[in-house]
Amino acid sequence: MNSLHMVQHEVPLGWYLLLSAVLFCLGIVGFLIKRNLITVFMSIELMLNAVNLSFVTFAHQWHQVRGQIFVFFVMMVAAAEAAVGLAIIIAVFRARATLAVDRIDLMKL
Amino acid sequence: MNGPLLFLPLIPLVPFVGFLLNGLLGRRLPKAVVSTIALVAPLISFLIVLHAVFLVSTGSVALPVIEHGAPTWISVGTLHADFGSVLDPLSLVMLLVVTGVGFLIHVYSVGYMHEEEGYWRYFAYLNLFLFFMTVLVQAGNALLMFVGWEGVGLASYLLIGFWFQKTSAADAGKKAFIVNRIGDFGFLIGLFLLLANFGTLTLNEIVAKLAANPTMTGGVLTAIALCLLVGAIGKSAQLPLYVWLPDAMEGPTPVSALIHAATMVTAGVYMIARTHFIFDRSPFALSVVAIVGAATALFAATIGLVQTDIKRVLAYSTVSQLGYMFLGCGVAAYSAAIFHLMTHAFFKALLFLAAGSVIHALGGEQDMRKMGGLRTKIPVTYWTMTIAVFAISGFPPLAAFFSKDAILYAAFTSGSLGKILWFVGLVTAALTAFYMFRLWYLTFWGESREDAAHPHESPWSMRGPLVILAVLSVCGGWIGAGRFGAFLAPAVGSRTAEAAGSQVEIFLTVLAVVVALLGWLIADRMYRQRPESPAQLAAAMPTGYKLLANKYYVDEIYGFTIVKPLLVISRYLLGWVVDVGILGGLAWLLAGIASLGGAILQRWQSGNLRSYAAWLALGAAVLLYFVLAPHVFEAAGLHLGMAGH
Repeated sequence: MNSLHMVQHEVPLGWYLLLSAVLFCLGIVGFLIKRNLITVFMSIELMLNAVNLSFVTFAHQWHQVRGQIFVFFVMMVAAAEAAVGLAIIIAVFRARATLAVDRIDLMKL
Repeated sequence: MNGPLLFLPLIPLVPFVGFLLNGLLGRRLPKAVVSTIALVAPLISFLIVLHAVFLVSTGSVALPVIEHGAPTWISVGTLHADFGSVLDPLSLVMLLVVTGVGFLIHVYSVGYMHEEEGYWRYFAYLNLFLFFMTVLVQAGNALLMFVGWEGVGLASYLLIGFWFQKTSAADAGKKAFIVNRIGDFGFLIGLFLLLANFGTLTLNEIVAKLAANPTMTGGVLTAIALCLLVGAIGKSAQLPLYVWLPDAMEGPTPVSALIHAATMVTAGVYMIARTHFIFDRSPFALSVVAIVGAATALFAATIGLVQTDIKRVLAYSTVSQLGYMFLGCGVAAYSAAIFHLMTHAFFKALLFLAAGSVIHALGGEQDMRKMGGLRTKIPVTYWTMTIAVFAISGFPPLAAFFSKDAILYAAFTSGSLGKILWFVGLVTAALTAFYMFRLWYLTFWGESREDAAHPHESPWSMRGPLVILAVLSVCGGWIGAGRFGAFLAPAVGSRTAEAAGSQVEIFLTVLAVVVALLGWLIADRMYRQRPESPAQLAAAMPTGYKLLANKYYVDEIYGFTIVKPLLVISRYLLGWVVDVGILGGLAWLLAGIASLGGAILQRWQSGNLRSYAAWLALGAAVLLYFVLAPHVFEAAGLHLGMAGH
């Protein structure tokens, strides 16, 4: 009860969720409109972290540690994804000499 | 199992390990290692069998040994099949022949195949064959026996087509496999009938059920027996399915000796003896067995008279001798049949190996018209071959004298049909002596007609097995049909109708020897004293000679009546109408629908990463909306201002 009490006095939970939603939407927008592959990639990371924030918030609210544990999983996957994704980006850059997303359209029929 | 250990499961497993080692690694191993693996495997099996023989003869193991508690193989509904093996007098004799002769032929192969490209492949197949053959022999239930049965067919196919670059060898392999399939089909139907009527495929359970039901005769048992007989006919190359065996001579000669003379082709005889309790209840099926056997014996012997390829003569001789064994089974003299099976394994393997030695000496020549005068050049081969020729012709005291007489005597004493069967057998004996001595004279006597390089005697790895088999061909019959029959009696039963008296038996024996002598004298006259006479005889009777030389045109008749129509049906009806028309049409229809759908949907696939991402986001948003719409606004309203309750 005490911790909830403290939170209540500092920042309400809803604000955290709102921040998470805002960050997520920023990520989506960045993902959709940016042309540079690295920026697109960073947008994905942004979305992941937005979700992490909401996980932590809910975990706090429901007094359950599961949500926080899950965050570690997400971070781990994100790290692996970053390694693979950056490798792919480097390979793409070597092959095409560009990082513009709309120029990388080999799969087009 | 109680009592001393017999290591029965190891008998097939050791050659299987040999097969795996040589088959998987043989390509990279040196020849010496390959041969060692290939020789040690059958040797271990043979020693295990000898060990079992020793235990049986000292009385520490009582036959039959039926292995209980073996690993379960199939257990579905009422069908229960395990890997259990059975050791009774019948399988013991057969195992001795298979592993013993098998080992000798392995040794011989080391010399014979030394220069071959696929040395390791050859020995892998040979070990595989021994694995399946011992499985077949030991199997305690008919289903496991069928596995061995199919497996030896596979090994036979692989080895006939060993020189697969040669079209004729590849074709011969296919022919053997396909013709055997026809027989296997019969065997399989027989198994289904057994299962349907007895609810089990374990042999001793069937025996027990039959014994509990002594009035059950004919009818369904005849059907089962005839189906099994079809299988035996295919495997043992009897009329009308014998056509694959002469062609199987395309394989390496040791293979012909092991698989197509000594062991695999006798599996049919073994199977009939193994399931004799069914045949015994069906006199009709038994007479069919006897007639098929006698007819085949005579038929194949006549073809053998005029063949010029040394291995083909032996092939037809094998078919003919297998006919004898069927004849023996058909008059319910199973022990005589198995006795002949054993002696035949000795002298026929010897004949083939000696023929292989001749072929080896002449650098691959198989045509007897190009041989001659070899008796001083390859003396060991000559003497061992001589023993085999005398043995197969039935001269005392060599092996076939005892076993062939046992069959002929059993035939003679088995009712009215028996006299005819006996007479056919007697004529066949004369023909056998004639063509064997013809082969002998053409190969070893007279002037040399070959134009190849100087003939040379084979290495010791080949001569050794020849000598051992020659000794066995001499002594193999000395056990005597009586004692042999008494030994086998617990497994195959003994015929009760042996009351014709010893004078008849002596008379028949003398007659058989006289007939064989006659065959020899005619051959001697035609091929030694007057070598020009065979050609004159052929010229005098062109029709008869052509008929025999072309093997009664059986291959042509089969080709015209069965193979051609099948091909036409396959190519036009099944190939064009069913395959291309119906199945192909369906496939095209499905493909058409798919590609039409694809043509429409491909517009969607722009190849642009951002458009994919947009679709993804849109999809996720729509999903979220439908899932969360009822809650989302409410929850937001609750929590934004006042967290907690």
